[in-house]
Amino acid sequence: MLRIKDLTKAYGDHVVLDGIDLSVARGEVVCLIGASGSGKSTLLRCLDLLEITDDGDIWLDDREITDPTVDPDEIRRSIGIVFQSYNLFPHLSVLDNVTIGPRRVLGQKRAEAERRAHELLDRIGLDGKSDAYPDALSGGQQQRVALIRAVAMQPKLLLLDEVTAALDPMLVGDVLDVVRDLAAEGHTIVMATHEMAFARESADRIVFLADGRIVEEGTPEQIFTAPREARTREFLARHLPA
Amino acid sequence: MTSTPPRADRVLSARQLERNAYRIRQSRRRATIAAVSTIVVLGLLVLVVVNAPGWERVRLTYFDWGHAKESFPKILDAFWLNIRLFLTIELFVLAVALLIAVIRVIPSPALMPLKIIAALYTDVFRGIPTLLIVLLVGFGVPALNLNGMPTSLFWLGVIALTLSYGAYVAEVLRAGLLSIHPTQWASGRALGMSYRQTLRHIVLPQAVRRVSPPLINDFVALQKDTALLSTIGLVEALRAAQVYSASTFNFTSLCVAAVFFIVVTIPLARFTDWLTIRSLRRENGI
Repeated sequence: MLRIKDLTKAYGDHVVLDGIDLSVARGEVVCLIGASGSGKSTLLRCLDLLEITDDGDIWLDDREITDPTVDPDEIRRSIGIVFQSYNLFPHLSVLDNVTIGPRRVLGQKRAEAERRAHELLDRIGLDGKSDAYPDALSGGQQQRVALIRAVAMQPKLLLLDEVTAALDPMLVGDVLDVVRDLAAEGHTIVMATHEMAFARESADRIVFLADGRIVEEGTPEQIFTAPREARTREFLARHLPA
Repeated sequence: MTSTPPRADRVLSARQLERNAYRIRQSRRRATIAAVSTIVVLGLLVLVVVNAPGWERVRLTYFDWGHAKESFPKILDAFWLNIRLFLTIELFVLAVALLIAVIRVIPSPALMPLKIIAALYTDVFRGIPTLLIVLLVGFGVPALNLNGMPTSLFWLGVIALTLSYGAYVAEVLRAGLLSIHPTQWASGRALGMSYRQTLRHIVLPQAVRRVSPPLINDFVALQKDTALLSTIGLVEALRAAQVYSASTFNFTSLCVAAVFFIVVTIPLARFTDWLTIRSLRRENGI
């Protein structure tokens, strides 16, 4: 469903992505792992057309979305992205945060959008908070709402950029539970993460990046138990609890 | 790991060259559209004005080069008074507004009477048209015959505009103070700073930065409103221009005065832009 070919991106002389090749199938959950600065976030931003790439192609289904004639708004309508800092709209209630996209962009009726939003909020255990404003919620609650806000747009592809990195360890589990649910439901997910245990258990595939290149990719089983590359072994030795 | 050549030597794919060419064409097209539409719109405006039936007459009475040159030195002299008024009033406005804003923000019950006075002051003086305040102060205060009250027109003018603009600017500063997140107060106090120190070193600097665009907006307005003081008899630029036009039956002097006001306003506006962009860069890293 998603095909990336020889994607490159540099900021000035600093090469952030150096020839990325990656394919993701429908319903697949791919975890990007790697040190800070390895290019995980930039890759996700490029996929959502938030960055102009220097070279290489990105295909979403049968559209080449790196084509400069495509309308980025239209592409972003079918891609959901959630960032590390929750970025809920502070002037809107939780319910309005979730319904504003479906109503304004997808043209859903208020009643329909709200019914769907209540369903989604109920699933993450926050339907009681639908009239609250984001500042009244904990970080974990805000991030769960942010996930639901992205899902409410019924995206083909969900991009998650270290969604738990800004959270208290106590709250990480709740957010990961939501991601796990979304994965189980068949959403196609590409996520950058430092949560190795989660990646190992929930991902279909692990992609290890270093210096803007894919060093190694494989099943969680293979990457975590028998990594082929020395750099992967080194990285995992530092990031896995002994 | 297979080594790929470093970025500088990397040859762009044919597809990327196509994309880049397309983007260059697009940006050229946008630049052309901007240029053409600007020329067309401005050109039409000029055509409409120049072809108006009364244009020849307007040109002679408002845009006469000879009259412009002749009135220029007189208006320049008078404009110096506008500048002095503006600079003096601005200082007083800042002091009054800061005092009022802080009084209204401090949560101390002992200050209640002052808070009521401060609130009344902003309500009353924001509610009265500035011209009316100028007339009331300019003619009313001297009539009181109070000892120690200034009778010079300059200082009466300063008082009138300070009263009016102090109320506006106080509200701008108060909005700024209230917009600073309570955690900033808490963090200041947590370092052991007193309420006053926290206000002075932590909250106020952030508040002033945040409201600097509306603040300078008010100063631009103040700079223009010094012309209102012509009504109480101060011979500033507008009055000097009127005097000239009254004796020559030509209004070019008014346009000359207008140019003086614009010339002073523009640097202020650019300065605001620069301040805004600088603080965005510093605090949001863009």
